[in-house]
Parts: sequence; structure tokens; C-alpha cells
Amino acid sequence: MIGILEERKLQVFENGKDSYGIECGKSSAAGSVSQRACVFCGSRVVLYPIADALHLIHGPIGCAAYTWDIRGSMSSGPELHRMSFSTDLQEREVVYGGEKKLYAALTELIAEYRPKAAFVYSTCIVGLIGDDVESVCRRVERETGIRVLPVHSEGFKGTKKDGYKAACDAVFKLMGTDDETPVSPFSINILGEFNLAGETWIIKDYYRRMGIEVVSCITGDGRVDEIARAHRAKLNVVQCSGSMTSLAKTMKDEYGIPFIRVSYFGIEDMTKALYDVAARFDDELITRNTIDLVSDEVGRLLPRLEKYRANLIGKKAAIYVGGSFKSFSLVKALRHLGMETVVVGSQTGSAEDYEYLKEITKEGTIICDDTNPLELSSFILNKGADLLIGGVKERPIAYKMGIAFCDHNHERKEALAGYEGMINFAREVHDSVTSPVWKFSPARIRARISPDQGGAI
Amino acid sequence: MKGKEFVSTRNPCKLCAPLGASIAFRGIEGCIPLVHGSQGCSTYIRRYGISHFREPIDIASSNFTESSAIFGGGENLKNAIANVSKQYEPKAIGIASTCLSETMGENIPMYLSQYEASRKGESGGPAIFYASTPSYSGTHMDGFHQAVFAAVKAFAGKPDENGENVQAACDDQPPADARKKINILSGFVSTEDLREIRDIVESFGADCILVPDYSESLDGSSWETYQKLPEGGTKIADIRNMNRAAGTISFDVSAREDRRAGLWLEKEFGVPCAPLYLPVGIEQTDKFFDELSRISGNPVPEKWTKTRGRLIDAYIDGHKYCSGKRAIVYGEEDFVLALSAFLDEIGITPVVAATGAKNPQFAHCLAAASPNSREAPVVADDSDFETVLSIAQDMKADLIIGNSKGYHLARNLKLPLVRAGFPVHDRMGGQRILHLGYRGTLSLFDSVCNALMQAKQESAESGWTYI
Ligand code: SF4
Ligand code: SF4
Repeated sequence: MIGILEERKLQVFENGKDSYGIECGKSSAAGSVSQRACVFCGSRVVLYPIADALHLIHGPIGCAAYTWDIRGSMSSGPELHRMSFSTDLQEREVVYGGEKKLYAALTELIAEYRPKAAFVYSTCIVGLIGDDVESVCRRVERETGIRVLPVHSEGFKGTKKDGYKAACDAVFKLMGTDDETPVSPFSINILGEFNLAGETWIIKDYYRRMGIEVVSCITGDGRVDEIARAHRAKLNVVQCSGSMTSLAKTMKDEYGIPFIRVSYFGIEDMTKALYDVAARFDDELITRNTIDLVSDEVGRLLPRLEKYRANLIGKKAAIYVGGSFKSFSLVKALRHLGMETVVVGSQTGSAEDYEYLKEITKEGTIICDDTNPLELSSFILNKGADLLIGGVKERPIAYKMGIAFCDHNHERKEALAGYEGMINFAREVHDSVTSPVWKFSPARIRARISPDQGGAI
Repeated sequence: MKGKEFVSTRNPCKLCAPLGASIAFRGIEGCIPLVHGSQGCSTYIRRYGISHFREPIDIASSNFTESSAIFGGGENLKNAIANVSKQYEPKAIGIASTCLSETMGENIPMYLSQYEASRKGESGGPAIFYASTPSYSGTHMDGFHQAVFAAVKAFAGKPDENGENVQAACDDQPPADARKKINILSGFVSTEDLREIRDIVESFGADCILVPDYSESLDGSSWETYQKLPEGGTKIADIRNMNRAAGTISFDVSAREDRRAGLWLEKEFGVPCAPLYLPVGIEQTDKFFDELSRISGNPVPEKWTKTRGRLIDAYIDGHKYCSGKRAIVYGEEDFVLALSAFLDEIGITPVVAATGAKNPQFAHCLAAASPNSREAPVVADDSDFETVLSIAQDMKADLIIGNSKGYHLARNLKLPLVRAGFPVHDRMGGQRILHLGYRGTLSLFDSVCNALMQAKQESAESGWTYI
């Protein structure tokens, strides 16, 4: 195994062997090649799908350029979110301040694109040069009559999680400004679903069939007006709890809306999500609709899964994703495919999350927080994984080591949520794991010749 | 013609400086890039590079926190160097600054000497060098050139007053029969381009010092075990020897003078430098070959004469598909210049030539690049894709050449997009598109013709099989 950096020793845990609590929530060691991004990244990915808003990134060009179209986040209408706007600060603004440029940029963009609202993201350098972004936003808001919301997302001021929080704060400010049209007593907001590949539509359809009104989805296929009336819903249903719990809590405190946590990945978690929501409303019709829906969907799904499962039984998987909640569902979903998880980790898990992972995984499973390519590749080899689930940055690690890969992050183009998503997931995992190309992989060949040295790097 | 000017950038046609620097660093053997600033920058740069190269690209970061932003990042940098040295055992660490560390006025050279001092007595350890790459005063191309320059200066520079420069140690007697080498500063080209350049130079019987050379490190084979730093890259010993090469050919005509390592080698060591356009098209490639012939003292090998012949033959076979057509070109300055020259040569008028960089040389170089065109192109430097779109609306163009970021442009204008340059992340093989030399030109020419033919086929009511 490769040497794990001293600072990181307690962030890696082997189930059944180690006994400490996993360290988490700390900033990455200097010099490590962390897979994490920054505060700005957290804000940007959460707010990204609000399609009729203007997203202006205040800073030098990079932060905006790298996040242009980074999420698929499909929209059923406007596509303004897919543009990359930046103040593109130059030397003179760095010296003299960028407020003027920000003001000019906002005014011209709002006039040109007539968005429903505007988000202004402050990046690292803005925090340093001390632009008064708030006052520029207020001024433009006054002059244009649309909401202009500063998002405090200076990259160095914390972790991606702090970016989630900043995004939630901005979204919250949009609420309570609607036309007061009443909503159904059976109504919810979907929180933490980002419609990366059309999942929002799948989930919304389930709720519709149950007889539940979805007031807003925050932020998948998002619209400013829907968010503005979100405070009227009776329940918040939170997926991706890492990013959205703070919003759910604020809405509970301010509007008394209770919330529950769910996950839409995998059969059990999807089903549990629907039943939990139904239980909250305690309505006969909704309950019956839900039972029908679930039996209908699961009934159709299981036989379709069978052919994939048959080829996947006994294979091993490694998971490294952004949020730990997603990893729980993935462990379970993989089990449905006959696969066992041997490595699991996330960029931003909490202590409880990792405790839970210890419970649901087998002895020998490696659990890690904020890992890096060297560690990850060594865990994969060591545990003989056949599959890695991760994002674009993890993909080449899997491929170089000759193992299959499934993208479960921002850039995926397959809908993986819901029952339909489970089929897509199974198909994707299956097609990658069973591809004949692996037989040519030198790492694979080596592992086969010397199984006991598989992990020796 | 050019619509309203915007203060804001709308869909940028450029990237930030540390990205260019990181790519260049990855083209030096055993060198790991270390971005001095907050974590996001390096992670984004990695992600971006990975989607084009489809290879692991490990880039370390000094991972600023709030307190480093306030009190300075010296400790972070030193810890980062120590950690990355321990984990990766690199031969070199290339440090690139970011907007943040530059604005803070971080004195990186001072930190580095403190670091050196703190480990007095310890031997070994990576060579450390540094490029200043604030993105508010340049694009990824400036970062790229800056990094190449930093590497050349660090390793091929004169020994310092203590005679302790790394260069001194390696400056042992060259073997008596050592052939003179030719320095090639390749510019930001594809991995296949790099391999092609090396092939070409070596076919003249000359040794090639190609800087940077990420042809393997960013486009390698599948691995047997995980490689911390993939094989490949220009050897540091070779960079040390650049100061006594027979000559330098640098494909960086549009770069700022004070960032051009070739000119510096000429000034400091008298190694003659020939700045050329990237060799795309017959005329520009001929110039490259002539120069190689002159420096090496050998004639152009026959295999290239034949390839050139085939290229001319193809030009003639395909000229009707191209003649009078109009193209939109965008991307890095040198790349746009080279493509414009090539298009001009095959009878296609580059009607829009755009780049995200603010570059005073650009318009000037471009005029020289397209002597045959009946119409001067709209030159848009410091431009973004929305501006290009607004210019292109009434240009009656027939095709677009550039990287994948022009996809929306193509979709909007309903024009074929011939993918070239960086990044190409929506096709397979984007990292190894061949653009350079006679062979590269031939494959570009085929792609251009085929795109035009396909467009014609698709728009024809009855469809054609013979075209
Ligand atoms: S801060 Fe500068 S270096 Fe970092 S991503 Fe933004 S533009 Fe690039
Ligand atoms: S500059 Fe700051 S905000 Fe932008 S990508 Fe880098 S770390 Fe993130």
C-alpha cells in the first residue's frame, strides 16, 4: 500500500480492523491532491439548475470557465443557467476594486437577458480585495426591480459545504415573494434534486401519481417563481442532505415546514422515500396510490434487473462520491445487483455518516474521507474492486487500473434516480463491468497472475 | 458589424493561467504541478484537463484556508512541498501562483529559499521552480509560456555566484561525437502533434529537445501498476543542455516577448532562435522543414517529400469543396493564426478569427497569415463565444473550426464544427487530433472537406452518394 499522509491517518478506516472514529470535516492537507473543490463550487452546483436566473461569477475568468456547463441540469424551459457569465476581473480591478465592473456587468446582462433573478458569486479574490458586493447588488436590485442575490462563496473561506450553505441562504431570500396562490394540503418541496439527467421529471411524476403537489424542486429544473412560493408547501423532502439540510432547517424555523430526508437512488431508498412522504400525509387515497405505484414499478423493475444481476453477482465495487448520503444508497443498490462494496468514501461526510457506513458494510471494507488518487488507486487494487463509482476526476483512475466505472456525479448523462434510474444504473454498471476490453488491461492481467500482489504498489 | 460590446464575459473563450502552466509542467519528466492558492483552482484545472486528455492529472495545491489568505501562505507552501515530495517523490515541482496568491503579494521565491535553507544538509529532493501566473493578467496561454520559460530558465540558466546552480552539476563534458541538438518549443498542441514534431525532427538526423513534451505523460498506455507520475516528459538533463543547442525553433510568434524562452536562449547563450507559425498548411510546414534542414545540415527526407506530394494532390482533389467557402476560427492565438493561414491556402476565407486573449500582436500576425483571402477577417481578440456568435450571425460562414466549446455556436448557426485544439471533450481522441506537419494538414484538410460534403449531403433534398 502507498503511504498515507500523516495528517490523514485517521481519515481512513478499515471496517472490522480499526476502531477509531473517522476524522472528517477538516480541510485538506497542503500538498495533497484532494478530489475536493471549493466553497464556490458548492454554491455553484446547488444553484446551477435555476434556469431562469442569471448566474454571474465575480472574479477572474477561471472559476467561471471551469464551471461552464459543468452540470447537465436539464431544463424544461429557459436555458439561461447554461451560460457562463463572469466579470473576468483584470489587473486594474484587482488594484482599484471591481465594484464598478460588477455594477456594469449586472446592469447590461439584466437588460439583455431579462432574468427572473440574479445570483452574484464572489470568488476568492473578491474576498481579498474587499468589494462591497452586497451594496452593488442592492443598488441593481433597486434599479432593475428584480432580486439580485449575493452568494458569499469565496473559495478559501471553508469547504464545499460552506458553499452549500451560502447557496441555501441565497435561495431562502427568494422565498415568500409570490402572488399568494394557495397550494394543496398535500404539497411538498423537493430539495436537493438537481435534474442532472432528467431525474427531477421522474421523481415529480411519482409524486403526481401519488396525488401530491410539488410546489417547487430546489433546485432541479428550477424557476425563481416556484421557489418564491416554496414556503407554502406542507413538507420538505430532502435528498442530498449535505447540500440542503441547512435550507430545510431555516424553512422549518421560519415557516414551520417539517422536513424528512430521503434518497431516490436504489429500490429500497426510492420506495422508502415515497412511503415516508405518504405516511406524513396520512391520507387514504395517497396511501393507496403509493402502494399501487410502488408495486407497479417494482414489479416491472425486478425482472428487468435480473439479466444484469446474473452477470454481476459476486463482483466488488468501490464508491467515492461527493456526498456521503448518496453512498448509503449506492451500497444498497449494488447489493441488489449482487455486488459487494469494498471501498467507500466521500468528500464531505460527517462523523455519523461514517458510523452508518461502518454498519452497512462488511468487515474489511475501507471507509475514507477526502481521499486522493494515490490512496484511491491503492484501495481499489488492494480490495480487488471490479468497479469504481465516482465522478470525472475518478474516472481515469479506474480506467488506468483496468476496472469498470460508473459516473455518479455532476456530469453524468444517464438518469440514475428512481426505478427507471435503477435500470439505467444496472445497465451502465453491467455494460462497463462485463465489457471484454478489460482482458487487455495490463493491471488486470497482472492481478490475475499474482492475486496476492494485486495491491502492491 | 461587431454588436454591442459587453463588459462581462459571456461564455469564455479562454482559461486561466495556472491551467496552461500545469499542462506545461506535466510535460517535464517527473514534474508535479503545485498550484499555490486555494483548493478549488487546482481541482477545477484537473477536472478540465482530465475531460480532454482522459488521463489522471495529479496537481497538488497548497490549499489556502481563511487564515492563509490573511496571514500569508508561506507555511502552506512549505508543507505542500514537503507533503507532495513525500507522497509523489517527484524529480521536480513546478509551482504556479494563482490570482489569490498573486494579489496577496506572496513572495514565493523567498519561501523557496527559506524552504531550501530549512533542509540544509539533506541531499536529494526535487528541483523546485516557479512561474508567476496571475489570471487577471493573461490567459492559459500566458501561463503555458510562462511555465516553459520558468523551466528553461531554472535548468538551462547560468550557474549562480556560488556555482551551485543545478545546471552546473550536469554540465559535464558532452561525448565527443555528440550531435548538436535542436530545441523545439512546441506551444500548446496535441499529444499526437508532439509525437509528430519529434518524428519530423529526428528524421533529419537531429536530436530533438522538445519542451514541453506531454505526449506520453498525458496520453500514455494502460498501466500495470498505479503510477504516481506517469512516464514521459522532457528530461531535465535535456533542458539543461538547451543552452548549447544548434538552434531553437519556437512556435510562439504571438506570445509576449518576455515570455519566450527561445528568444531568451538566443540572448543569453547565442542559440539562434527561429520563431515560426505552428506548421499547419503547406507554406508554414515548408518553413519548418527548411529551418530543420538548415540547422541540421541535412536535406528533407524523402518520406516527407512524398507526404507533401500527397497533400498537394489532396488539395487539388478537394479544392472545389473549399474554394470560396467561409470559416469561423477561434481558440488560442497561435492556433488561430496557423489555422487561418491553412484555410487561406486552400481557398477558404477565415471570416472571423477570434481568441479570448487580449493580444496586441494578434491582428498584426493575422494579416500576415492570410494573404490570399479576398476579404479581411473580423479579428476579435479579448472575445467570448457570445460575441463571436453575434459577429458570426451575418457572416454567411460555411463551417467552424475550433475546440468543443464552440459547440453552442455551431448548434446556433447550424454549421458543421470541425473539432481541433483544446479542449475537445465531447469526442473520442480529442487529445490526439493531429494538426501539424504535412500529415496533420492532410488530416485536417480531409476533415474540413468531409464536413463540407456532409453538410451539402444533408441539405440536399434528394441526397447524393457520389459527391
Ligand atoms: S482564482 Fe484565478 S487561478 Fe484560480 S481558478 Fe480563478 S482564475 Fe483560475
Ligand atoms: S479562485 Fe477560489 S473560488 Fe475560484 S475556483 Fe479557485 S478556490 Fe474556487
